[in-house]
Amino acid sequence: MNITHFFASSVGKKAIMSLTGAMLGLFLLTHLAGNISMFFGRESFIAYAEHLHSLGSLIHLFEFGLLIVFILHVYYALMLFFENRKARPVRYAVDRSSGGSTYASKTMPYTGAFIFVFIFVHLMNFHFTDHSISIADIVRNNLQNPLLSFYYVASVFALGMHTSHGFWSLFQTMGINHPRYDNFLQQGAIVISVIGAAIYSSFPAFTYLFKSFLL
Amino acid sequence: MSIINLHLKIWRQENSKAQGRFVSYESGPVSTDMSFLEMIDVLNERLTLDGQEPVAFDHDCREGICGMCGAVVNGHAHGHKNATTLCQLHMRHFSDGDTIVIEPFRARAFKVVKDLVVDRSAFDTLIASGGYVSVNTGGAQDGNAIPISQKIADQALDASACIGCGACVASCPNASAMLFVGAKISQLALLPQGQPERAKRALDMLNTMDLLGFGNCSNERECEAACPKNISIRHIARLNREYIKAAFLSD
Repeated sequence: MNITHFFASSVGKKAIMSLTGAMLGLFLLTHLAGNISMFFGRESFIAYAEHLHSLGSLIHLFEFGLLIVFILHVYYALMLFFENRKARPVRYAVDRSSGGSTYASKTMPYTGAFIFVFIFVHLMNFHFTDHSISIADIVRNNLQNPLLSFYYVASVFALGMHTSHGFWSLFQTMGINHPRYDNFLQQGAIVISVIGAAIYSSFPAFTYLFKSFLL
Repeated sequence: MSIINLHLKIWRQENSKAQGRFVSYESGPVSTDMSFLEMIDVLNERLTLDGQEPVAFDHDCREGICGMCGAVVNGHAHGHKNATTLCQLHMRHFSDGDTIVIEPFRARAFKVVKDLVVDRSAFDTLIASGGYVSVNTGGAQDGNAIPISQKIADQALDASACIGCGACVASCPNASAMLFVGAKISQLALLPQGQPERAKRALDMLNTMDLLGFGNCSNERECEAACPKNISIRHIARLNREYIKAAFLSD
């Protein structure tokens, strides 16, 4: 079978969702690990940021790769979403869960859309902004705003919901499911998402609550 | 045994082209020992005597093994009881005065023929596209000539429990047939007799599923929860594996 045909099939499209989702997930974990340097004080956070920028073209290459992965994830998500809606033209009058789906799994397209908007806001706040001041001050200027700080916490919550289903789902899609470890993967996805979201939301929360944070 | 009275809201649709609508009926006295289909039988007798069109619904064995019956009852395919076909759902699971909404299975690939009857021939098309083994020659050989471990045989039998009722499609938020196709692919991929056509089967059945207008699996596990035979989504994972392997590695 021709490879383009594979990526046009339902399993192929989902394999793309799964693989790009895994890459975005790995990026999230790396981003999280880097941001933890905020808790080691202003100097270490700035040092971390400068260290990243000193990578030069390597970092641009990585950014470009990430953009491609992100576009693929969103493009295929939209395609699958509309195909899936079309597969049931007449909806049920009474639609109840039989017990399989979770709140997170049901809301994947919506949490995804929420995250999509957040990424634009986040990039406008931190990437396409005046870099003549230090990154620590950019964080403080943005996240001491209560509305923006709350929006960041809410977005991180949506992200945690999204990955709590996604981190398990991507294994299932790639055919990795075994009675011995499937439960571990399902619970693990939730645990990682809860811990990740808790740490991520601590950055806007700390910046807003403690006025001397990163000073 | 006790007697209950129910308010029924049943989907009535003249034919596949007609516009359907819900019609309310009073069940009259229903014995709690009746099955769900017997409850509709009693209603139909009354409708017939009153000179009205009885409610069309699919059924055959009425012992939960043929896969012919099925409707969505209060939002659940085959009703709310776990691992039960509609014919095996007893009225003792309902209370006096309940309102029960009965709808046909909904999917683009399952057209409504009349009332609660849907055309599930898309499943036959799927089976014809690869859900079989070809044994083209020779007489029947001894049953023990092909050794197979008990563990594998058990897994294949678990997959073969699928009765093809379509509840997985009906309950899937995306109307996907992955659990049905997964069960068939699994059953034959596990058994020695399924090996010669293994890769071709995975490719053909899944491509046919896509063509028939079923949705894509989003791992919501609703099918597994609704399946009257408790088919596990582990078989969907095996289908994914079989398809990916066949797409990249088969000749």
